[in-house]
Amino acid sequence: MTFWIVNILNGLSLAMILFLLASGLTLAFGLMRIVNMAHGSFYLLGAYLAFSAMQASGYFLPGAVIAVMAAAALGMAIQRLLLSRLHKQELSQALLTLGLLFIFSDIAFWIWGGNPVLPLQPALFSGTVNIFGVPYPFYRLFLIGVGLLLALLLWYSLDNTKIGAIIRAGLDDEEMLRGIGVNVPLLFACVFALAAGLAALGGVLGGPLLGVFPGADFEVVLLAFVVVTVGGLGSIAGAFWASLLVGLIDNFGNAWFPQLSLFTIFLPMILVLAVRPTGLMGRA
Amino acid sequence: MVAAAAVILALAAGAPALSAYQLDLLTQMLTYAIFAMSLDILLGYTGLPSLGHAAYFGLAAYATAIISLRLSVPFALAAPAGVAASVIAAALFNLLALRTSRGYYLMITLALSQLLWSLAVSWTELTGGDNGLPGLERPGAIASAAGFFYVTLTVFIVSTLALSVLVRSPVGYALKGVRENEGRMRALGYDVWKYKYFASLVAALFAAIAGELFLYLNGFVSPSALSVTVSAQVLMMVLVGAAGTLFGPILGAVMFVLLQYVVSSYTQRWLFVIGFIYVIIALYAPQGVLAFLAERLRRRTRRAA
Amino acid sequence: MNPLVIRNLSCSFGGVRALDNVSLQLEPGERRAIIGTNGAGKTTLFNVINGQLAPSSGKIWILGEDATYAPIHRRAALGLGRTFQITSLFPRLSVLDNMLVAVAALTRFHFVFWRPVAAHAEIIARACETLARWNLWDLRDQLVGNLSYGMQRQLEIVLALAGSPKLLLLDEPMAGLSAAETHLASDIILQLERSVTVLLIEHDLAASFRIADRVTAMAEGRVVAEGTPDEIRTDATLRRIYKGAPAASGGAVRG
Repeated sequence: MTFWIVNILNGLSLAMILFLLASGLTLAFGLMRIVNMAHGSFYLLGAYLAFSAMQASGYFLPGAVIAVMAAAALGMAIQRLLLSRLHKQELSQALLTLGLLFIFSDIAFWIWGGNPVLPLQPALFSGTVNIFGVPYPFYRLFLIGVGLLLALLLWYSLDNTKIGAIIRAGLDDEEMLRGIGVNVPLLFACVFALAAGLAALGGVLGGPLLGVFPGADFEVVLLAFVVVTVGGLGSIAGAFWASLLVGLIDNFGNAWFPQLSLFTIFLPMILVLAVRPTGLMGRA
Repeated sequence: MVAAAAVILALAAGAPALSAYQLDLLTQMLTYAIFAMSLDILLGYTGLPSLGHAAYFGLAAYATAIISLRLSVPFALAAPAGVAASVIAAALFNLLALRTSRGYYLMITLALSQLLWSLAVSWTELTGGDNGLPGLERPGAIASAAGFFYVTLTVFIVSTLALSVLVRSPVGYALKGVRENEGRMRALGYDVWKYKYFASLVAALFAAIAGELFLYLNGFVSPSALSVTVSAQVLMMVLVGAAGTLFGPILGAVMFVLLQYVVSSYTQRWLFVIGFIYVIIALYAPQGVLAFLAERLRRRTRRAA
Repeated sequence: MNPLVIRNLSCSFGGVRALDNVSLQLEPGERRAIIGTNGAGKTTLFNVINGQLAPSSGKIWILGEDATYAPIHRRAALGLGRTFQITSLFPRLSVLDNMLVAVAALTRFHFVFWRPVAAHAEIIARACETLARWNLWDLRDQLVGNLSYGMQRQLEIVLALAGSPKLLLLDEPMAGLSAAETHLASDIILQLERSVTVLLIEHDLAASFRIADRVTAMAEGRVVAEGTPDEIRTDATLRRIYKGAPAASGGAVRG
């Protein structure tokens, strides 16, 4: 019983971190056809910034806010200044974002050094809670809560707000947006900033769990790509369900077959794609 | 073409004068050049963006290393066996990978190569795990740096000639057609799937050959040879050099080796430098350096005329 | 032998009956125009004949062979050629290379990878001939992406002729062309040998009537009328075709 509760909740908390990353990535791809190799950099920078801010001030929240805002600003700058010049040239964008990944990776290494950094969980959310008699870290539950809240928020906004409708229209047919007078450059910059901010939030919240170290950006972006592919490029709902799937499979996979770590993620991915080549909820 | 022949002759003639380190560096450039050309056939000519090309590179190396070290199979059999293993893997992988559209092809090739990578890391009894399989020796005749350099140079020349003929042949033209407009190709009567499959097998074949050279150059293989890092590196070589030109990737490979070794000996921040170069090229020479230079040359001769 | 026979063809997707029990038969050498408002099912019909869409029921015979479920490239081998409404060429290849690819497709050399194209005299000759015949020789080294729209539309048709098709489907060949260009394009089609049977979709009714021997009119996925251009021009028929549509397209509906 303990085994199941712990692993399901662990899987869910990992899933929420993955969702924070995957949702932005899939939105950026679905709307702007951007394959952002540097998505993991936002995660890493978010985690590092939050860590340093917390070290300096002693408080969690200001650091978190600064980290997310900084990442969003960076994301907006990257989209406006660099990516917009390569509109629809997917391979050149891949080259560009890979270059950015290297640059940010090196900057992070230069500033924070090569040793892993362990951000502390905010005092408010530390401690354990009893789930059916099993002690479980409150922080992870908090993480699951935040993730679900954000997922609901995104889903609600997409379905019920004007900006959500514009984004959904853009996901369907980007050319049309220009035709109906939407300020497309602004929209793209904002959406990319949102994606960056979400990734950074993933880093801020996920840092205490997954660790913060050089190379985390590469590992994390790989997982995010798996989730986005399994979920279907451009589908937030797909990203959500795929995050759950991958999070749970990763945890149970590690519990049952610890030697086969990444194998347990990639094999299901291949199976899903073999049956549904466009991902769970994607279109061709 | 003439320039290329001249460079090759210069290399061949000048080799005895170079140190073992320099020869190894050149050998590495030639090896990666073959690897990059193989991906160009897939990406530049057929339009299939693979992020898992290291799979064929590393699998050949591992297969050869395993049967050499564990079954004491001699080099003459072990090397071709490794190449065969990669081609067979390509034959199987692509039955799946070619069912998807281009965006997903990138992901599924990544997944397939990661599958192999994770096997290499975890199946320690067979693959040596993270430490890989060291202790591979070259047969006497090519044991020296110079000897192996000449072998690599020969393999490089033959590979380049073979691939040059391929891209100028009816199949080569058809691959370009597939890249440009699959739908029209079908309407014209081409069985597009067959051409993509063929390109995948050829790409795997030459990647495997490069993998063998890599194995014998270094004397060992580790999981990094199958990693997404290597797949991304060879992808960059093709894009930076100029996809779809066959010679562009050769340039890309040379640039890559130079950047990795030369830059890193001058500064700690070599990753930053490489990243910065990629960004500049993506923005200002998105078709690749060779295409950029060719265009510049064309404009200058036009102005002169 | 009839180049094209379609019997009771239906095609539904997404709950919409795009084609409803369509039957059609072409005589060798015939020029048939298919007319109808948007959504009548004309392009869907082409896509089913071509092989891009599978029918829900019915049968198609192309040049005597049952091609109902044949893959697209197989139909081309039978002798079917097709152009596309949205220009479908190879933009980053030269005009000559476009032609070489098109010509090589149905030759026995299409899977040769050990000899350069330059060594295949037959392929080169045919490509050059075709370009010269249709006045595209001077443009042979231009990248197709750099050609004007009118020249691209012309190449669109010429490329489909490379394989010597016996049945040619032309999907709105005049789309986006000026009046003068339209006249030139219809001249090209009229100059095609009678060994080629032509089926075309075209919104420009004047051009269709000029080219066609017979006209098939479609509405809501069904064939509503068939006859010579003069027969179709009668009021009652046109009214039935364009019912509910404002008098904007080619034919006026007199009330």
